[in-house]
Amino acid sequence: MLHAATDDTFRLDADFFDFTIIAIYFAVVIGIGVIARRQISTSLDFFLSGRSLPAWVTGLAFISANLGAVEIMGMSANGAEFGMATVHYFWIGAVPAMLFLGIVMMPFYYGSGVRSVPEFMRRRFGTGAHLVNAISFAVAQLLIAGINLYLLATIVNRLLGWPTLVSLVIAAAIVLSYTALGGLSAAIYNEVLQFFVIVAALLPLTIIALHKVGGWEGIQDKIKPSDDQLSSWPGTELTGIADPVLSVIGIVFGLGFVLSFGYWTTNFVEVQRAMASDSLSSARRAPIIGAFPKMFIPFIVIIPGIIAAIIVPELAALKAGEGAGDVKYNDAILLLMRDLLPNGMLGVAIAGLLASFMAGMAANISAFNTVFSYDIWQQYVVKEREDSYYTRIGRIATVAATFIAIGTAGIASNYSNLMNYLQTLFGFFNAPLFATFILGMLWKRMSATAGWTGLVSGTLAAIVVALLSEDALGSASLGVLNLKGQGASFVAAGAAFVVDILVSVIVTMFTGPRDEKDLEGLVYSLTPKESLVDPDEMHLPWWQSPPKLAGIGLVMVIILNIIFR
Amino acid sequence: MAADGKRTVGVFDIRIIIGGLIGVYGVILTLLGLLNNSDEELAKGDGLNINLWAGLALILVGVAFVAWARIRPLAVPDEQTSPDAKDEPHHR
Repeated sequence: MLHAATDDTFRLDADFFDFTIIAIYFAVVIGIGVIARRQISTSLDFFLSGRSLPAWVTGLAFISANLGAVEIMGMSANGAEFGMATVHYFWIGAVPAMLFLGIVMMPFYYGSGVRSVPEFMRRRFGTGAHLVNAISFAVAQLLIAGINLYLLATIVNRLLGWPTLVSLVIAAAIVLSYTALGGLSAAIYNEVLQFFVIVAALLPLTIIALHKVGGWEGIQDKIKPSDDQLSSWPGTELTGIADPVLSVIGIVFGLGFVLSFGYWTTNFVEVQRAMASDSLSSARRAPIIGAFPKMFIPFIVIIPGIIAAIIVPELAALKAGEGAGDVKYNDAILLLMRDLLPNGMLGVAIAGLLASFMAGMAANISAFNTVFSYDIWQQYVVKEREDSYYTRIGRIATVAATFIAIGTAGIASNYSNLMNYLQTLFGFFNAPLFATFILGMLWKRMSATAGWTGLVSGTLAAIVVALLSEDALGSASLGVLNLKGQGASFVAAGAAFVVDILVSVIVTMFTGPRDEKDLEGLVYSLTPKESLVDPDEMHLPWWQSPPKLAGIGLVMVIILNIIFR
Repeated sequence: MAADGKRTVGVFDIRIIIGGLIGVYGVILTLLGLLNNSDEELAKGDGLNINLWAGLALILVGVAFVAWARIRPLAVPDEQTSPDAKDEPHHR
């Protein structure tokens, strides 16, 4: 039902049954938090769920932490605007990086027993790099939590008509109650739960949409401006880089290597999930198991976006360049739900969307609280107190982070395209971290000073590129470089990576190396090979062996890339 | 607490929670699909009775999850009394 003229935003016509379905979801979510609380004893329990979750739970939690607001709204919007090129975020970006994390990186995290990426930085490079990283990570989590909260509130407002501020506060209160009450266990359980609800909503939506448009042939016939949009390479529209060769380099190096490897291997929001596993091979399996569903998410996120641009009149008009009022590509999934889902199914879809938005924010908040209490508070502010003290600090940090996120949601609301904003932030924070990490892991000579100077200069390089681009920092960008949209963030990330490596190598030349016995378990060449493998791994059947699973995943993703080239 | 020093997680098993929620949604959708299937309702879903079919599929998924949890219960490793319990295959 559309309210014209006075109110340009559309509404979804939810009825009693839809609200019942939504209410049931929230009752279960809060219930899990309350029950989970009874099982918490030590602070390790609170932060890492006592490392007792089976691999399939952490594997699914691994991707559902990422299947938040931005994934669903952003990727379907990209699908509507750019077509199949959006799959690069999955098949060039996420999946290879997740397999790499499971095979190469996870033994280091799990084997060294660190609880966070900043902690790893502290042991490898000492306090300088640790402090820089902990602070930048904490800031990044608060900014990203703000994006999630802002999107969540916008959706609540569009779906139910509540004022944005009321929606913000209510959403924040619900996220807060389950992370603070139940800790990571509750957050992870809810993430797995929301994954199934979101799939239960998006899969039928995709099927009706395909039915309505006339199947794949229907898409091929009707897609505008041409069926070039159905081939993923060279993706010049997605990157905004006109030259096909440079566009491919931008996608493979900027998005595939730096941004995605950086995001998936150093973003503790994700790594923390795998660390909650019960053994090294479980921890390694978590991202690998997650990679399999991740491969197929494009079909229920991007395909509906493409179809929405064909069958939803407002979006088709927008794509044809005719003014379409306030409708944006970001609304693709919501418009499709409005047009195709009957009451009942609509309720499941709304519950799934609300849940996935909350999951994204809860993941940011719980990662923030871990880093704040262990890496900042315990290291630099109040040292050597009893365990329960830091658990309490963790709870206070959770509350504070939620309030701050209401503020950073305000910053996010100033950006017209949140996908660009988010990718730009990843370039600032994750790309340099990844460069320092990889170099520090492979090169034992790399010095402590090189650790923090590399990080700082990498971040500065990304900020300079974003400033010089046309729109990566919104109106603050100067437009000196002919870069815009997601291509600008790919280039910024690439620059951060290269500058970080160069500065690290040069600084290392002029500073002394660290004592080798401090680096055991942290640098590849100084790590006993037996600590990198689970002793039981030899006895695992093929479907539980991380390398074999990863091999299967790699072959599948290559086949997908070839089919949809 | 079972005799071998481990207890199962029971209702707190994530599979029971997933199966329960998905199953309840399935029942609601199936009933809506059966009782509220006028032509105007169906027109929205391009003639498909999406509530009915999705509801039935969700019931199946829900039952499968609960059955899985019942057949292969998940045990909680009891670290205080037996640290070795961690190394045993206590799940899957």
